[in-house]
Amino acid sequence: MEKIFHLWVYLETTPLLGLAVTLVVWHLAGMLANRLGNAPLANPMLLSVIMLSCLLIATDTPYSAYFQGAQYVHFLLGPATVALALPMYANLRRISRSARAIIPALLAGSVVAASSAMLLARWLGAPSVVVRSLGPKSVTTPIAMGIAEQIGGQPSLAAVFVLLTGLTSIILIPPTMKLFRIKDMRAQGLAAGMAGHGLATARMLLISETAGAFGGLAIGLNGLITAIIVPLLATFLAP
Amino acid sequence: MLNALTLLIVCQFIGEVTARFLGIPLPGPVVGLIVLLGLLVWRGGPNAEVETTGNWLLRHFGLLFVPAGVGVITQLDVIGANWLALLVAIPVSTLLGLVVTGVVMQRLDRTEDEG
Repeated sequence: MEKIFHLWVYLETTPLLGLAVTLVVWHLAGMLANRLGNAPLANPMLLSVIMLSCLLIATDTPYSAYFQGAQYVHFLLGPATVALALPMYANLRRISRSARAIIPALLAGSVVAASSAMLLARWLGAPSVVVRSLGPKSVTTPIAMGIAEQIGGQPSLAAVFVLLTGLTSIILIPPTMKLFRIKDMRAQGLAAGMAGHGLATARMLLISETAGAFGGLAIGLNGLITAIIVPLLATFLAP
Repeated sequence: MLNALTLLIVCQFIGEVTARFLGIPLPGPVVGLIVLLGLLVWRGGPNAEVETTGNWLLRHFGLLFVPAGVGVITQLDVIGANWLALLVAIPVSTLLGLVVTGVVMQRLDRTEDEG
């Protein structure tokens, strides 16, 4: 027993454990999601987060110790965001043809999503730090954390909201697109990338490369729009 | 694989440096995306290796969100104290954003999608 304890103490100080456990749990979550018929909530990412969170709480492991290893996976978010240039390049002609529709669609969506989130949260009594962390929830994690910090939100809270928003979009996209008769894959992809960043875009990419390309475009442009408008909204909506 | 990963990381690096140097309010990876897109246009498309590695990363995008997502355990008290506000604000605002973007895009974009 003591030997196990020593081994545990040793492993806790190396990044290996956090990294290994993340990859193994991801693999298990994928198998479990498959078994559950890939229902919207049986999302490998959500399942992984739940399993790992339970594991950390059960073993009383601090998040910082886990992140020591998991940061290597986290780091790849950057190169993966860069890689979104690939589906965009493959659809460059279509994107430039639709440019005059893309900009107003993203601007309108971005303002509506950010301001409605902040207004509703404030109306339901959330403190200013929560309201401010909600502002950038539709953009990709590294951007959202940066914006949250800049406007007096909490970066780690923003990261959680980004994740919850991405999951929510994955669930909401199919019924919403049907209900509002949004059939064009370009519009679907743009909406997914605007509201649900890389998470929803990656999901759309499985259905259609066109949607993936417009999603990638939306992630980039929405990052820019959000970085400009959310600090302005925050001064009005979260005093 | 290694060459492609190097390319992606170098693009991100250039993006990070450019954004900070010029004070662009954009995150480094997004500027890196623009850099790679420029490269692809200039070179007339990705080679097979860049295509394979990039798409492999994109297929596993969900995994890359897991470490930040587990950070939820450091925020459980805040989430618990504001659960109602979050339960309403996140889904409703996400729905509004999806609908507004999708509808405006579909209305304005009258060009035929010829693929």
